[in-house]
Amino acid sequence: MSSLTHERVEQRLREQFPGVSFERQAGPAVRDFTLYLPVDSLVEVCTFLRDDPELDFAMLSWLGGVDYLPRDPRFEVVYSLLSLSANLRLHLKVRVADEQLRVPSVVRVWPTADWHEREAFDFYGIEFTGHPELIRILLPEDWVGWPLRKDSPLGYEEVAFTHNTPDRIKPSPDLKKLAPKKVTYRAH
Amino acid sequence: MTLNMGPQHPSTHGVLRVVLELDGETVLKAKPIIGYLHTGMEKQAEYKTYTQSIPQTDRMDYLAPLSNNLAFCLAAEKLLDIEAPPRAQAVRVLMTELTRISAHCVWLGTHALDIGAMTVFFYTFREREKVLSLYDHICGARLTASYFRVGGLAMDLPKEGFLERCEKFVDEMPAHIDEYENLLTKNPIWLARTKEVAPLSARDALALGATGPTLRGSGVQWDLRKAQPYSGYESYDFDVPVGAHGDAFDRFQVRVREMRESTRIAKQAIARLREIGPGDYRVRDYKYVLPPKEEVKTSMEALIHHFKIVAHGFFPPVGEAYQAIEAPKGELGFYFVSDGTPRPWRMKVRSPSFVNLQTLSTMVEGRLVADVITAIGSLDIVLGEIDR
Repeated sequence: MSSLTHERVEQRLREQFPGVSFERQAGPAVRDFTLYLPVDSLVEVCTFLRDDPELDFAMLSWLGGVDYLPRDPRFEVVYSLLSLSANLRLHLKVRVADEQLRVPSVVRVWPTADWHEREAFDFYGIEFTGHPELIRILLPEDWVGWPLRKDSPLGYEEVAFTHNTPDRIKPSPDLKKLAPKKVTYRAH
Repeated sequence: MTLNMGPQHPSTHGVLRVVLELDGETVLKAKPIIGYLHTGMEKQAEYKTYTQSIPQTDRMDYLAPLSNNLAFCLAAEKLLDIEAPPRAQAVRVLMTELTRISAHCVWLGTHALDIGAMTVFFYTFREREKVLSLYDHICGARLTASYFRVGGLAMDLPKEGFLERCEKFVDEMPAHIDEYENLLTKNPIWLARTKEVAPLSARDALALGATGPTLRGSGVQWDLRKAQPYSGYESYDFDVPVGAHGDAFDRFQVRVREMRESTRIAKQAIARLREIGPGDYRVRDYKYVLPPKEEVKTSMEALIHHFKIVAHGFFPPVGEAYQAIEAPKGELGFYFVSDGTPRPWRMKVRSPSFVNLQTLSTMVEGRLVADVITAIGSLDIVLGEIDR
């Protein structure tokens, strides 16, 4: 096993990209080595991390969004990179503001990002620019809303499939507008 | 022609739908469509305490419930910075290796059934049933075990007979694996259906993020039990089998050999448990773990801790942690973001089937429709884990 350390990775990145501000995530219980970087340099840095023979982050293990409501910028996208030759994991993070919900796609760097980015889009509505087919993956295509956002409630959404609505053409009626069911009583 | 395969197709192993674009019998494009089993487990976890989420994890990869429990508990333990006592770790290794055997049994039986070899199914399910009965013995549930807890185990092993039953099983298992191999490994029909079918090069496997036997079948020596050991795997003696060509047959061989290795590890774990003898099966840090019932009855502090943990769970520090294990299907990881409350701010599951399924189109494009069945079978997917 090579002796690549996280500090060495950070040093290499700072040397390679002097104009980019890397920031190490601090905190007593941050258990993985995590670097923040600006959104616009993401693809460049990822390509370097993948192609550099010493670093060799050949695999993107996963990526996912996190909603930090009410913090500003509200969202973060976490990238978990894995270098098999150096046996090292590296977490990269970008901050995304609610008004500018765009992150460049890394599908061209790691094809595995395809479904992960679709999942993050599906859950949080984060748009990955340059993604070949950014559509919902786990939820139905016609779903409205972004379910893993913190302002999206856990329950009480409209029922997607129902048999007991008077108007069967509309599958999801506004429940408030529904008239109470008419019940007729008969005396025996 | 566009052909819709699934979501109600017996060989898609659940509610997977694959849209195939065909030219005659040749697949031009294969597009897996998922989400039919989505139940929002990641969202639900944000509304539950850590302990309450453990039963949820059983339902992700329902063929390997204890592996999911383990990944969840290890991630939470990493966040809390605690480590389970040696006895609990040995039980975890023993149980997850038995889980691996039973998960691979289901995979082998159904994979062979898809291709047309029906007999294997009855053989493998016989052995799987024995593992399920061992689950039953330790925790009373056959499928949804929920046996591991953050900081150790839910309860100690049964006082009598359990290790003997395990030992009998792992002693018998290699002969049963020989039986499966007698039926398949040199069977000309099996070879014709799997050799050079659904190939995946090492380069593609890495780029597509494949892990577990899917990656090792392509010849990449990568096993988290060796590379980033957890639960004391560094002290067990076992080999990591790899394939050469990355076809369905190689993945078959890798998994069958893994079953043999698992029996070796389980044997060592049983020996270790005998050596350790009775002892702690949970950490004695009552801020995070329930104190033993006897102490609750006699000690004021223990009663308070018991009450606090039952009433609102434990409070992890503000921070985040990602921990992955080598589940039967590949790298299974949990990522927690904690805001200091007893409920995780965010739980992200990195499920191996979700990522491995992405390799399907690479495997089958330009090949025959019948090979799609082989490819799906050789990937060993569970839709519960893909859709979560």
